[in-house]
Amino acid sequence: MDKEIRMRAEGVNFFYGSRPALKDVNLEIYRNQVTAIIGPSGCGKSTFIRLLNRMNDMVPKSRLEGRIFLDGDDIHDPETDVVDIRRRVGMVFQKPNPFPKSIFENIKYGLEINGMRDKSVIEDKVVDSLKKAALWEEVKGRLYDSALRLSGGQQQRLCIARCLAVEPEVILFDEPCASLDPISTARIEELLMELKQEYTIVIVTHNMQQAARVSGNTAFFLLGEIVEFGKTQDIFTKPRDSRTEAYITGRFG
Amino acid sequence: MKRLFSKESVYASVFGILAFACLIFLAGITLVLFKEGLPLFAKVSLWDFLSGTAWYPTHEDPEFGILSLLAGSLWVTAGAMLVCLPLGIGSALYINEIAGNTQKAVLKPLVELLAGIPSIVFGFFGMVVVAPFLQRLLHIPTGLCAFTASLILGIMAVPTVCSLSEDALSYVPASYREASLALGATRWETLIKVVLPAAGSGISTAAILGVSRVMGETMTVLMVSGGAAIIPHSFFQPVRPLTSTIAAEMGEAAVGSTHYQALFAIAMVLFTLTFIFNIAAEILSRRYRLKLGIQR
Repeated sequence: MDKEIRMRAEGVNFFYGSRPALKDVNLEIYRNQVTAIIGPSGCGKSTFIRLLNRMNDMVPKSRLEGRIFLDGDDIHDPETDVVDIRRRVGMVFQKPNPFPKSIFENIKYGLEINGMRDKSVIEDKVVDSLKKAALWEEVKGRLYDSALRLSGGQQQRLCIARCLAVEPEVILFDEPCASLDPISTARIEELLMELKQEYTIVIVTHNMQQAARVSGNTAFFLLGEIVEFGKTQDIFTKPRDSRTEAYITGRFG
Repeated sequence: MKRLFSKESVYASVFGILAFACLIFLAGITLVLFKEGLPLFAKVSLWDFLSGTAWYPTHEDPEFGILSLLAGSLWVTAGAMLVCLPLGIGSALYINEIAGNTQKAVLKPLVELLAGIPSIVFGFFGMVVVAPFLQRLLHIPTGLCAFTASLILGIMAVPTVCSLSEDALSYVPASYREASLALGATRWETLIKVVLPAAGSGISTAAILGVSRVMGETMTVLMVSGGAAIIPHSFFQPVRPLTSTIAAEMGEAAVGSTHYQALFAIAMVLFTLTFIFNIAAEILSRRYRLKLGIQR
């Protein structure tokens, strides 16, 4: 049951112009698990996660080889609707990026573009997703204040709430705590642990302790390749590859 | 050490003087404008000046009502906005959102080049090409009318509006677009509901600066607007905006005469109008920067 594959990358190569960023990446992402992607800066981990919801479509002169599946459908197939993929695979970015609108409107936006018109349904949904993102208690009295007035950690949780509201199946976190303080980071990590009950999660992180704390599986990327992929516990306690060991023990990166 | 210090202070004062030179010019112009214009109101009341529709400065019993001139300016400006806002904002959207980098690298400088064409050339073009063409096409008594003036002025203001709107669009952080797309919005929804609102006050600033450019334009309107000091009832009547009145009559007005003072008073009105527009643009763009979190 917990071994059901949700997303799968098959022989993925990715190029920015002629510069290869990913080399023959093969990876499975399992349902209701947190899959962590670790590795030093520039190893291709962000590039990879952005392929999972086709955020790299807009990068000029980029080229993809290989295939990525979501429940058996090739997401880069020309027949596939990119909008549909992005609705099913949500994303939370490195830097909190709420819209310059009110807290309420930030969440309402996603619901509206998904065709929701009924005011009371929208209101329920907004409250619901704020609760799920553990932000409700802090903002319930000021839903109509600008989202930009929230702290960094609150903004990031708002972005998570905004993402949850459109009910994705998979959520991608691209270094969600990179710009946050330790307390905010801890709150986001707690949240991740709750969210994995319902969602399939992929998280890119710089922070190895974070990967160890939250994830079930971990992939270690180096220079665009997967060096090692397996159970997080194994990666951190008995790495098979000497490079993995060198990285997790802090000898580089 | 001491010499270095004095060198520094020389630099500081030289650049300081250069910077304040602008202020001196501004103050000087304002001062002269008001000094020459204000005495008019000893002879003609401000109310008669602003609300009078008769502009007969050289009659035996002269009248100095600028309402028809003001109306001419406003008509032409409003018409020009109808031309330059869709064109300017539309081309900005295209350049920023749809054109690739290669097209953008060609298009934007070309649009900006349009701003470099002298206004007399625009006026000339309007007078000998556009006006006769419109006259034949629409069967109107003269092609030199508010419509032609609006059209030509509108096109003249396109570079201002396009270039500034494009800047505003490009200041919208990529993260807003990404956030919207990642939620499953289409490119179009992202543009209309996220990018445009975020660039809204920047685009308004562009529009206002376009207005003040059109309002202050002289040579072109003088050549193509027809020059009749009446309140226009349609776009196809000749009009006489404030600027062309000054340009046409200043040469004939005796220095210090009432007519001369009235022309200065018109300049004061223009100055005040464009001043208000520029202040509004400044306030809007400041609010815009705050909204996007750009400190300044």
